[in-house]
Amino acid sequence: MLSKAIPWIRLVIGSFLFFTVSARAEWEVNMTPGVTEVSQQVYGLHMIIFWICVAIGVVVFGIMFWSIIAHRKSLGVKPATFHESTLVEIIWTAIPFVILIAMAIPATSALIDAYDTSESDVDIKITGYQWKWHYDYLEEDVSFFSNLTTPADEIYNRATKNPNYLLEVDEPMVVPINKKIRFLVTANDVIHAWWVPEIAVKKDAIPGFVNEAWTIIPTPGIYRGQCAELCGKDHGFMPIVVEAKTQADYDIWLADRKEAAAKERELRDKVWTLEGLMERGEKVYATNCAACHNADGSGIPPTFPALKGSAIATGPIEDHIKIVLDGKPGTYMAAFGPQLSPVELAAVITYERNAWGNSKGDFIQPIDIANMQAAE
Amino acid sequence: MSALESHGHDHHGPAKGLMRWVYTTNHKDIGTLYLWFSFIMFLIGGSMAMVIRAELFEPGLQIVEPEFFNQMTTMHGLIMVFGAVMPAFVGLANWLIPMMIGAPDMALPRMNNLSFWILPFAFALLLSTLFMDGGAPNFGWTFYAPLSTTYAPSTVTYFIFGVHIMGASSIMGAINIIATILNLRTPQMTLMKMPLFVWTWLITAYLLIAVMPVLAGVVTMMLMDIHFGTSFFSAAGGGDPVLFQHVFWFFGHPEVYIMILPAFGIVSQIIPTFSRKKLFGYTSMVYATSSIAFLSFIVWAHHMFTVGIPLAGELFFMYATMLIAVPTGVKVFNWVATMFKGAMTFETPMLFAVSFVVLFTIGGFSGLMLAIAPVDFQYHDTYFVVAHFHYVLVPGAIFGIFAAVYYWLPKWCGNMYDERLGKLHFWISFVGMNLTFFPMHFVGLAGMPRRIPDYALQFADFNQVASIGAFIFGATQWLFLFIVIKAIRNGKKATAEVWDNPEGLEWTIPSPAPYHTFSTPPEVK
Repeated sequence: MLSKAIPWIRLVIGSFLFFTVSARAEWEVNMTPGVTEVSQQVYGLHMIIFWICVAIGVVVFGIMFWSIIAHRKSLGVKPATFHESTLVEIIWTAIPFVILIAMAIPATSALIDAYDTSESDVDIKITGYQWKWHYDYLEEDVSFFSNLTTPADEIYNRATKNPNYLLEVDEPMVVPINKKIRFLVTANDVIHAWWVPEIAVKKDAIPGFVNEAWTIIPTPGIYRGQCAELCGKDHGFMPIVVEAKTQADYDIWLADRKEAAAKERELRDKVWTLEGLMERGEKVYATNCAACHNADGSGIPPTFPALKGSAIATGPIEDHIKIVLDGKPGTYMAAFGPQLSPVELAAVITYERNAWGNSKGDFIQPIDIANMQAAE
Repeated sequence: MSALESHGHDHHGPAKGLMRWVYTTNHKDIGTLYLWFSFIMFLIGGSMAMVIRAELFEPGLQIVEPEFFNQMTTMHGLIMVFGAVMPAFVGLANWLIPMMIGAPDMALPRMNNLSFWILPFAFALLLSTLFMDGGAPNFGWTFYAPLSTTYAPSTVTYFIFGVHIMGASSIMGAINIIATILNLRTPQMTLMKMPLFVWTWLITAYLLIAVMPVLAGVVTMMLMDIHFGTSFFSAAGGGDPVLFQHVFWFFGHPEVYIMILPAFGIVSQIIPTFSRKKLFGYTSMVYATSSIAFLSFIVWAHHMFTVGIPLAGELFFMYATMLIAVPTGVKVFNWVATMFKGAMTFETPMLFAVSFVVLFTIGGFSGLMLAIAPVDFQYHDTYFVVAHFHYVLVPGAIFGIFAAVYYWLPKWCGNMYDERLGKLHFWISFVGMNLTFFPMHFVGLAGMPRRIPDYALQFADFNQVASIGAFIFGATQWLFLFIVIKAIRNGKKATAEVWDNPEGLEWTIPSPAPYHTFSTPPEVK
């Protein structure tokens, strides 16, 4: 199996050619100062503590290495016999204590700032899902999922990786600049953590809890982060993108979002053809289902079963709808009823029943899904 | 047969055949068993680290799938903590504590046998999950609920029982060590005359007894949640996922001191010998170790600065954590003062001990940085944390164990190890270890989360350096195995003292140490 061996061969050769194969990235060694007042305060603290440690290190290791060089048996030195001194012990207990108090003061004030989530202008509820983020703008009627868009071809080295590899999403969180934004962070399944280094916000997203954090971003721009708490298989594949815009641009974005939501509601009421549902379903499947069940429906057995030829996808449609809407307790299969719109649900169910050689030929209308959900 | 019967007789040799090792109640035999077991686990856990580093050599998924990658990170952590480091220290305690305090054996020899022999079963349970449907535990060695309960693979039950058995083994080992130290010291050896290795192990044993039941408690709660319908950690049933973390880290933080205090003791034995000067500040070393042990119980939530604990809690745990720097500093200063104006030589144990002081201190510095809660928001769950705890565990615990093996091996087997190869092992390990873990500080600060199988392009260069370092460090450990086997088979005969006028009762008995030592209590000045 040569294809299996190729990564190993690359690894071995790469180890030897290390400096020639790695010309592609920068050698970043430090924390970002970030763009917000808090992130810069944090960066300042980080550097102060770093330099204090360096100074202590220089003194302690300096004395130690001087001893190592000067007090060697091979130089013919006679060992001294001293082995205790209460005064010295008191001094080197007291000095670190004073240094620690000096460090604790700015750390305390920075922490108090970071905890002050009062008087926010915009409130966004962030919900972690396996493995995507959901953003809900509480004052507006706007909410959406944010999914990774890096194609599998790039992840599996079949295509060149783009500069934002693994840090790109379909729908970024959009926020206005110079407004106090409060994040209400929670999770739907396991614990995640929402982290954007440039605004120095990292908060765990915990099912059953709502954590608070805040930021004021002064400059427009795109800020990228990642989930920071192990949350299962695709923990490394649920990035965060925050796009900060001027108030005017933010308002335009809000209006666009609301219009799109209205359109989606209209689509729900129209009568769909099999082809229309299949076309939409392929996209929905790629975003929401392919991570576990694979793009070709083959799954990753035994944890993630195949859909191609499966009893559910080729059996009665009622069972199929039920498992997609309600999930399967005790497994990774989440309830997608609350996550996807009726159009998306109808499309993806139809797609699963008619793709990869599954050929049931039956399909369901979005309005029927909506009615089923309303009836429950 | 054999070992039990031979107690009443005059011929004090080990029994013949393989069953000697199964039935043995001799502290030296059991120490040897623990040490070999730990080394096998070190190689297994290490090979998992090689898989991790191979996958992270380049961006993209090359060698393993994310699902298996998570199993590797989890198993690597569990095996290294519970299989490699802890049994190695118990093995050293078994070999050394009776010889250091002038006791004929451990106080509870049959329990000693049991506490070792249940360990292979615990790890067989844990490792067998790799070959089962659903795969091995994949939720990280910290196994946060609900990822490890509601969302866990079905093999989690094997993991739970494995942890239970390991815990029982540790508790029995700890009870035995406390009973031995408190009851079997030679009459003139007062507590404040005990070697520091004995002191640090006494304190470690109390930590073990205090926290292993907490670990057992938390995995039992998981078991109830998974199989018996309780909801300790399930928010949907009115439970609390954060409770898991509080209970786990109440075990977990003392646990990290369990893995470092005996190494403190080892280094405190070795540095005076090769500096030819008494340990500076013996009394303050004892008090510093006790303070660290006490503080370890009131800092657990510094692992949880981002879970949303209230401001007052955040401040308390930040201050308490910073306080640990004081006694730890005292220890480092004492070691440096011991070397100061000594007459030093640098045999392999001393090389490992000196690099322990330097590199462990670097790990201490990053620990101090991590203690600052607002800055921890940026460090938490990144490779900076991975760098930090590997700096305290690899050149801390592991180098401490290497130093101990080189230092006492001539006493155990009667032959000197090959000094030239020993130094080679040290230098390659030293370079490999720093090449592996130092760049992790950089990628962590630059924003790389831990426990990810694939990463953004800006982290590529340093990850490649780290992987190469890891391969070097990993491969070198075969050299260590070779050196040890070579010394056991032959080598220059060691004298009773082995080193240049070392302090301690173990150097008053011949090398190799006879099967039974100190049948009558020795004199201590």
